[in-house]
Amino acid sequence: MDPLIVGFWVLLLAIVLGVELITKVPPTLHTPLMSGANAISGITIVGAIACANAGAGTLASVLAFVAVALATINAVGGFMVTDRMLGMFSGRKKRAKGDGDGGANK
Amino acid sequence: MIHLSSHMEQVAYMVAALLFILGIQRLSKVKTARSGNRLAAVGMLLAVLVALAIHTNIGWPVLAGGLVTGAIIGALLAMRVQMTGMPELVALFNGLGGAASAFVALSDFTQKQEGAFAPDYAVAIGLSILIGAVTLSGSLIAYGKLAGKIWKNRLGPIGTQGLNAVLFLLAMGCAVWAGFLVSDPETAFQGYLALSGVALLLGIGLVMPIGGADMPVVISLLNSYSGLAACATGFVLENNLLIVAGSLVGASGLILTRVMCKAMNRSLANVLFATFGEEASTGGGGDDGYTGVKSATADEVAPILDAARRVIIAPGYGMAVAQAQHKVRELADLLEKRGCKVEFAIHPVAGRMPGHMNVLLAEADVPYDKLFELEAINGEFSDADVAIVLGANDVCNPSAIEDPGSAIAGMPVLNVWDAGTVMVIKRSLSAGYAGIKNPLFERDNTLMLFGDAKQMISDLVSEISDL
Repeated sequence: MDPLIVGFWVLLLAIVLGVELITKVPPTLHTPLMSGANAISGITIVGAIACANAGAGTLASVLAFVAVALATINAVGGFMVTDRMLGMFSGRKKRAKGDGDGGANK
Repeated sequence: MIHLSSHMEQVAYMVAALLFILGIQRLSKVKTARSGNRLAAVGMLLAVLVALAIHTNIGWPVLAGGLVTGAIIGALLAMRVQMTGMPELVALFNGLGGAASAFVALSDFTQKQEGAFAPDYAVAIGLSILIGAVTLSGSLIAYGKLAGKIWKNRLGPIGTQGLNAVLFLLAMGCAVWAGFLVSDPETAFQGYLALSGVALLLGIGLVMPIGGADMPVVISLLNSYSGLAACATGFVLENNLLIVAGSLVGASGLILTRVMCKAMNRSLANVLFATFGEEASTGGGGDDGYTGVKSATADEVAPILDAARRVIIAPGYGMAVAQAQHKVRELADLLEKRGCKVEFAIHPVAGRMPGHMNVLLAEADVPYDKLFELEAINGEFSDADVAIVLGANDVCNPSAIEDPGSAIAGMPVLNVWDAGTVMVIKRSLSAGYAGIKNPLFERDNTLMLFGDAKQMISDLVSEISDL
């Protein structure tokens, strides 16, 4: 099948699934949901990596560098800050400063 | 470029997509949310490793440089941000996500072989750049507004929307020109650069007229855009993982947008185009038209709180601005030690982004089971001895229910006035964001505690401790 058509199928089903999943998230978690979703949109990093080709022209390389850097900020920063926030939600174990334990993977 | 050839690659991307989905699913409960986020992070790591593994011609300096720079900046931002600064950071991340999509599209275009452009590629690349650039500049304006730096819109609502319409048509023109009418790739690239520029201006024009307290809607919407941009990039690269992840994010942002609009009883169009309260939010100031307002000091109300059996606290943006959340927890702990039941009433649009109050109170170690949504708590105020309105205004305005002609008529509000005594902690009688009078301040059972939220709460704590 034409990748374009497949793409539209995927789009359709993912949106329906997304709506289904996200309506179940309680308002308490709306901020972590937003920053977590934001981190997931850092998936453009996959596209950015594909653009970083050896022997590409200067322009293409600069564009690829910026794309990789921005997408990485989004993914790394997004997952880490979400983890930090959710660490605060998970109880009063650590009274002190409430600083997450920084255990974000990737 | 990625072509959907290798089965292994596809299987790995499917697993990554599944991890994203399971991750979001686990976000539906506080207990499992953290593991959900980590699951999604693992999915991302897997996707990155696969992308590296299948890439046969990696330009290492560019790639490693970008990864390291991005990881360091992202980690620093994530570790350093104060919880009160979360709305700004989320806005910034939204913008960077959008920008990344636009840059990927541009970079991919410069590396395509000549004559390889199909119409669907042209549409996808145009959308990637358009949505990505609008998300970037719109988010930066939102960031500025959230950080309190902005920047008055001098054009007026009609002028701004007219300008936006022109910019939108111009953007469409650029996209069509570059995608369909030009055959030379270099000229087409210039067309895409022009599209980027116009789209950046459009993003500014779209967010500039929107008032500060509508930021929860704007942030949610930009969140959705950043997902849609990733989605469009997925079509550019013919990569289904980007499409799945992008549409999950897009759906998430759209749902949050709808929740926020419903909580204000306004349509999305009204939020985006009506420039509601833009003037009023800056003006206000005077004590105009209030009669019979009773003000009190911390030592006067301390005995009332001391005697209370049940207290409900309704926090708003003022608590965030004053960074009062830790003091509030101290007060709550103190009252509970004296046998009082303390709960928190959270209005969906209190603060500057969805769930803003919840995050601040979580930071201050207030257990989340003490936080109640509007529908759950509204019936309870009549049973409470004291309601404390802390830096909130419009979300506790009885006009929404009692005055059909009010600007906020029909907006769901917290019925704090049903409590025995209402203590409103606020700097002055100035109007809230909606720019309207709040008759709550005049009620017989309302006491105004004028002052900074944090200072006033710590005064209350020390007065009550002395009793």
